Amino acid sequence: MTTSVPRPKADAEPTAVRAVLSMLWADKFATVAVIFLAVVLFCAIFGPWLLDAVATKQNLRGRNAPPFDFTRGWLFWLGGDALGRPLLARIVVAAQNTMMVAAGAVAASMVIGSALGLIAGYSRGRASQIIPRLADVIMSFPSLLLAVIVLYMLEPSVTNIILVLAITRIPVYLRTTRAEVLEVRERMFVQAARVMGASDTRIIFRHILPIVMPTLLTIATLDFAFVMLAESSLSFLGIGIQAPEITWGLMVSQGRPYMTNAWWLSFWPGLAIVLTTLSLNLLSNWLRVALDPTQRWRLEMGARKNG
Amino acid sequence: MADHLLEVRNLSVTFHTVRGPVHAVRNVSWHLDRGEVLAILGESGSGKSVSAAAIMDLIDCPPGEITSGACLFEGRDLLKMGVEERRAINGKRIAMIFQDPLSHLNPVYSVGWQIEETLVIHGTPKAKAQTETLALLAKVGIPDPAGSARKYPHQFSGGQRQRLMIAMALALRPDILIADEPTTALDVTVQAQILALLETLQHETGMGLLLITHDLGVVAEVADRVVVMNAGEIVEQGTAADVYANPQHPYTKRLIGAAPGKGAMAPDRTGKVVPLLEVTGLRKSYGAFAALQDASFTLEEGETVAIVGESGSGKSTLAKCLLRLEEPTGGKAIYKGRDLLALSPVELYAMRRDIQMVFQDPTQSLNPRMSVYDLISEAWVIHPDILPKVRWRARVAELLDQVGLTPEHMHRYPHQFSGGQRQRIAIARALALEPRIIVCDEAVSALDVSIQAQVIDLLDGLRKRLGLSYIFIAHDLPVVRDFADRVIVMQGGRIVEQGSVRQIFEAPREAYTRNLLAASLDPDPAVQAARRKARLTESLTA
Repeated sequence: MTTSVPRPKADAEPTAVRAVLSMLWADKFATVAVIFLAVVLFCAIFGPWLLDAVATKQNLRGRNAPPFDFTRGWLFWLGGDALGRPLLARIVVAAQNTMMVAAGAVAASMVIGSALGLIAGYSRGRASQIIPRLADVIMSFPSLLLAVIVLYMLEPSVTNIILVLAITRIPVYLRTTRAEVLEVRERMFVQAARVMGASDTRIIFRHILPIVMPTLLTIATLDFAFVMLAESSLSFLGIGIQAPEITWGLMVSQGRPYMTNAWWLSFWPGLAIVLTTLSLNLLSNWLRVALDPTQRWRLEMGARKNG
Repeated sequence: MADHLLEVRNLSVTFHTVRGPVHAVRNVSWHLDRGEVLAILGESGSGKSVSAAAIMDLIDCPPGEITSGACLFEGRDLLKMGVEERRAINGKRIAMIFQDPLSHLNPVYSVGWQIEETLVIHGTPKAKAQTETLALLAKVGIPDPAGSARKYPHQFSGGQRQRLMIAMALALRPDILIADEPTTALDVTVQAQILALLETLQHETGMGLLLITHDLGVVAEVADRVVVMNAGEIVEQGTAADVYANPQHPYTKRLIGAAPGKGAMAPDRTGKVVPLLEVTGLRKSYGAFAALQDASFTLEEGETVAIVGESGSGKSTLAKCLLRLEEPTGGKAIYKGRDLLALSPVELYAMRRDIQMVFQDPTQSLNPRMSVYDLISEAWVIHPDILPKVRWRARVAELLDQVGLTPEHMHRYPHQFSGGQRQRIAIARALALEPRIIVCDEAVSALDVSIQAQVIDLLDGLRKRLGLSYIFIAHDLPVVRDFADRVIVMQGGRIVEQGSVRQIFEAPREAYTRNLLAASLDPDPAVQAARRKARLTESLTA
């Protein structure tokens, strides 16, 4: 239900885009984060198609090749793994699986969790009693144990891993959303909307959700890293993504035995995880300010100063 | 000039914000003597609290910067003192109390412990501190001091909490007490008690009392001298009586002119009576607690009915029940031949168009993430049959014009407006549905006096032009006196008295109404002085 003002279409589009870009430019950290994420996204989409052959080719002479050795060609700049495969190529190729699992799990848990949280927080009926208990049940169950049981029974495919990880992360969103909704529901502007005769759907999606959303986005970005690492521990237990498929988390755990003499095996994929999470976090931070009319001037002021 | 207890000289404070420096106060000078009550009077944003904050070292620098001036306490400049020296003065020699006592009392310690703590920190032995605490509690009029000392802040009422804050401030026998809007959050009868307490204590101890307030009535009741501030500058100072009787500066004149309660009262309505809304036996209870008992009244076409009462009297519950924000326990409200309280959700949706509400605090009642256009046009999104979408823009512009804003304001967000403008937006939103009745729940009590007068004028104009009826809920009697046709007085969930405005204000029948009228403060110091004298002789003869 959009209520935006109809303006002449021709010049509305470019100015809106330019306004967003200039607000992004005002926050340099966010700008860098967006560029990095764009690179990661590119790797995730085109990486396997471009570098899959190179990334899986063994080269026993290049076992645990150290990084920054420029004699072996650019693929080995970050070194080679235990089977002599170039780490750079593997990180690029692994981006696809990693992003798919992490984004899928985070998005699924966020959507399901916040939807349940909205219902639990907004309704005053039985649902508000039962849904939080559901979260308690999931939380009281060790998440890894749950994953082991489910993946033991089901096939360990990408979809199932997303499913399992999503289920274990639902309570985080559910509880946060419910707590915030309980508070926002009582605010005066929600009552004002009710006096006007607004339907529950309208109140939830137009008045409550926009207030809760920034919190959810922040949790989601933090959860991104958690999910990547959780997925690697599943792989470690032999029920997650299995070699020859690769993910960053799996690479970290594969490098663990060599930690003392070849640190780069775990370090580079670990760095990729950290940088991705950090970028997402910076982006969500920027988004929180940009979406809030009372805060937006900080970015607009900055943009004016710079440009 | 060293003989003043406290003197502020040419003080200027600037706050550096991203939007450029804001001069909060400019070249402000005033002084306070022992045994004197000085009031700093001003509206919000006038800088009245800033000089007190400078004295107490409460201004955060970097954003703030004291650009010039001095605060002389017994001849020594507070602003040039070291941190240690300053700490020895703050709290001990100069104490401060605030508007909201609940947020300044620690909820996890008993109040006795907190007062003792103040004493012990400043070097009183434990045993002595205990007896002194009890003496203090007795002094500020807390019943059963020994028992109360063991209670926690939430177990006290708002007025009692303010008394506790005063006890804590007085524990170290300060020379100066700074009170920043000490009674703004309190009911009128409680306000009168707290002001009387402050005055008695000030006479007993001979301390200087600095009172920061926006309320002319408070000034008239207790102040010896008054400093009037506007936009960071002192516009006028002098004795309270002089300034009221003979204001020099146009701003002071405007402020005094805007004080409600002096205009002509509405004449009693005569002629054919058309009841628009008829409420009978309205009840609401929460468990065993009856918040509203057996409320019956009528609202006529084009009439303003005011509902007055102190906090907890059930006046807001009454409004919420009528609007079905709360489900009433029993009773009837007949509007156009239908019982509002028995409508099905579908019928209720249609009825929402006719009865709208304006809330107390526009900061909270407007969604901060929606632009003014979105806020007002939301009414037509919800009720699409009122207006086709092509006409929304024009109608929003028209409504903004009607409430005294301009169409350019359409694309701004609520935080970009002042409190008074925000309330205008809220009124425009209510008007968008073209209602017959508007319920105003304390709609002007969060606003400054001059803004209050403007909003009341606006509401009055709209009533005449559009034939609206208002249910006007308020705790502030002077405003009601100017605006209402009839008044309903509530206490403890019951209607104790109702009648025409003239009858209630000139010949109140119930003792409660009389108390309420007596406790509300007149902005004229002479009137307040006469009332005080009357009270005194009354208590002497009794």
